[in-house]
Amino acid sequence: MKSLRSLSVWMKTTQVLLLGIAVCFSLGATDAGSRFTDLGHRLMCTCGCAQLLGECNHVGCPESDRMRGELRDDIAANMGDQQVLDAFAAKYGVTVLAAPEKHGFDLIAWIAPFAVFLAALLGTILLVRHWSVGKTQLAAQAAGNASPEMNAIHDKIRRETGGDGGF
Amino acid sequence: MATFGSFALILALGLAAYNLLAGAFALRLIATGRSVAISPERLADTARRAGIASFYAVTGAAFALVYAALTNDFSMIYIMEHSNRALPLPYKFAALWSGQEGSLLLWAWLLATYGFILRLRHKTDVKLYAYAGTILAGIQVFFLALLNFAAPPFSLMRGAIPADGNGLNPLLQYPEMVIHPPMLYLGYVGFSVPFAFGLGALMMRYPGEKWIRITRVWTLVTWLFLSCGIFLGMHWAYAVLGWGGYWGWDPVENASFMPWLTGTAFLHSVMMQEKRGMMKSWNVWLIFSTFMLTLLGTLLTRAGLVSSVHAFAQSSIGMWFYVFMVIVLAVCIFTYILQRNHLKTDHHLESLVSRESSFLFNNLVLLTACFVILWGTLFPILSEYVQGSKVTVGAPFYNAVAVPIGLFLLFLTGVGPLLPWRAASMKAIKRNFVAPVIALWATVIACLAFGVVPWDNSGLQMGKFYALVGFALSAAVLAAILSEFYRGARVIGKQTGKNLVASTWLLTRRNTRRYGGYLVHIGLLIIIVGLCGSAFNRNVEKEVGLHDKMAVGPYVLECMGFSQDSNLNYDSEFAMMNVSRNGGTPFQMSPEKRVYHASQQPQTMVAIHSNPFWDLYVVYEGVNPGTGQPIIKAFLNPLVGWIWGGFVLLAFGTLVAIVPPLTPATASLRVAARQATAPEPAVHGGRG
Repeated sequence: MKSLRSLSVWMKTTQVLLLGIAVCFSLGATDAGSRFTDLGHRLMCTCGCAQLLGECNHVGCPESDRMRGELRDDIAANMGDQQVLDAFAAKYGVTVLAAPEKHGFDLIAWIAPFAVFLAALLGTILLVRHWSVGKTQLAAQAAGNASPEMNAIHDKIRRETGGDGGF
Repeated sequence: MATFGSFALILALGLAAYNLLAGAFALRLIATGRSVAISPERLADTARRAGIASFYAVTGAAFALVYAALTNDFSMIYIMEHSNRALPLPYKFAALWSGQEGSLLLWAWLLATYGFILRLRHKTDVKLYAYAGTILAGIQVFFLALLNFAAPPFSLMRGAIPADGNGLNPLLQYPEMVIHPPMLYLGYVGFSVPFAFGLGALMMRYPGEKWIRITRVWTLVTWLFLSCGIFLGMHWAYAVLGWGGYWGWDPVENASFMPWLTGTAFLHSVMMQEKRGMMKSWNVWLIFSTFMLTLLGTLLTRAGLVSSVHAFAQSSIGMWFYVFMVIVLAVCIFTYILQRNHLKTDHHLESLVSRESSFLFNNLVLLTACFVILWGTLFPILSEYVQGSKVTVGAPFYNAVAVPIGLFLLFLTGVGPLLPWRAASMKAIKRNFVAPVIALWATVIACLAFGVVPWDNSGLQMGKFYALVGFALSAAVLAAILSEFYRGARVIGKQTGKNLVASTWLLTRRNTRRYGGYLVHIGLLIIIVGLCGSAFNRNVEKEVGLHDKMAVGPYVLECMGFSQDSNLNYDSEFAMMNVSRNGGTPFQMSPEKRVYHASQQPQTMVAIHSNPFWDLYVVYEGVNPGTGQPIIKAFLNPLVGWIWGGFVLLAFGTLVAIVPPLTPATASLRVAARQATAPEPAVHGGRG
């Protein structure tokens, strides 16, 4: 019990530490160069090459240079990230956005994976707990009925096999 | 040749259909105990022989297509569209799988080959193999029907025969393309075999878990082929597409990755069935899903459902695949419902902290990853159906969703092997986790100290943050695995008196499955470290005149000129760049751009200089028409070589896991043989 409590304290300390580091790291300014790189990786080239705008470099691409120029102009005009993305989506259609938007129907694209994961995780934990509780009760009953000789044999088996981690 | 090929395909279809019908009838007779004029065992054997004969027929058809490509038989539409006279010989051979019809023929031939081996080995378990062979024949019938009626590879040109063909897609004219598709197909097709065994075992209510042991090697070999296919594809994309990356979350890449994930989950969870008689239904559905995902992958590649760079083999055979997938799903559901009481579990999990639980969570995460990829791949179709417009689901989505899940899987990779079966005590957890936790924090501190930091002027960079977590977890998992090796080797060392290296070798040979698995995990860790390196990629693009210089990282590239060349197949332009690192001795790199005569399509040929720390990756982007000067893009991609190195270890580990272990019986036989041949005793007292 004491060990479990100390493990829990350690885990909480680690979580707080990681959160603190993440918050510290997230404080900072943005510059035009990094915004161009970031936004270039949130937009697609529309020439049909299925590459991100920031990475499209195939020979003779009729679109990417012009689009990158537009992106630079938008950043220079002090447009916000969402404004830039909206402007591109309005001009080229929503397929120019490299990922679904985080509102409306497209939000489902983002929520579904985590929802499925959490539901499966929760379901599995509950199932295992249900099984292990049942098992513990059965084991307790069996232990109550077993003779001392049988208990000694069980202990021996547990000692010899409990630490084995073979596949 | 076209007539011969067409006839061979019809013959193969007839033989496979006979195998399916006669096999199914014979197995039904055996199951019900009814008697007819012919003995069911003999009928089943004729079905098996027909299956073997179908292999020869499909081989004849494949040979006919390759022969037509090698002899420039442009009377055949397929050869005219996918080859030309100037095409080098190996690429003419590759024409077999460069188009729709040819790749389906390759699929059918590989399936027939797997079936051929399976049917020859039928004495291992005659009844189970008869079921598996019959199910495999059903799959063969589908592909051969496709080849005969929907996508015939031997169709002839109408009117005048052209003097030359259209040539092979330039993207495919690369040495790896001669082996990448067959490897991928060996993986895709190979999963038909464990599927056939799984379904067959369920249909016949196979007693015990022996069928899993029988199919284990098939599954591992198939998984290895699929892994080879995926990694060769990554390397091809890296070396040919010229965008500096190796994985673009393209729908077809995703399609190959999904069965790999479910196949990996299956390889882990079958251990629970073997060891403890658990997760029987789960395993059956895992192998069913894996097979259906291979079909989905082929459907995505061939039917053009989603836009992809792999658009070189699309057509309208989608409906055939839909129908077949529905049939397969219906058969699986029907069989499962009918036989589900055969799959009752022998044991339940006893603790959340145990080896079994870690396998369960491992499966959960692998399947969630598979769902994420399937969801992302198909969401554009769903979005179009609901909203009327197709959205793009690209790398930013997968990086945001799949990467955290992947890191959790990495965490489980380390935790799982440290937990004992059934339940773990807190003492055991503490003892086993000390080294990994130390390695984790030591790596974080070392990374930060050496400047590998997850932030820049604009704040926290999630990519770099994930990379740092990836490095740290990889170090922890490596420590966990190495400590497993060390603990085992120390015990063997005490028993045999051997040194640590010899003990580790003997330990691995005694339990190839377990320690081969660990080697696969180490390979995977190395790959993950390589993937994490991509968060620190840099690139620079510049128009360079003669003796102009550009710098990227520690390298300075100087343009020494650019030139042109030509041969029968293509014209090329290339730049000659002198590259020096920190002012050291220069070496030359020549990035190239080709334009193929037959197709008039351009293609980049990237120049790559690799070392263990990074790749210098130089692309010739073409000539600025205004100035006449070449545009060069140079990337510095850290740790890419680790991906390929890690894959080699992963493949080696898989091979180790396939090799039978050195049991005491075989060991004593070998010692006896050595003693018989050696001039002096090989085993000394107290050793061996």
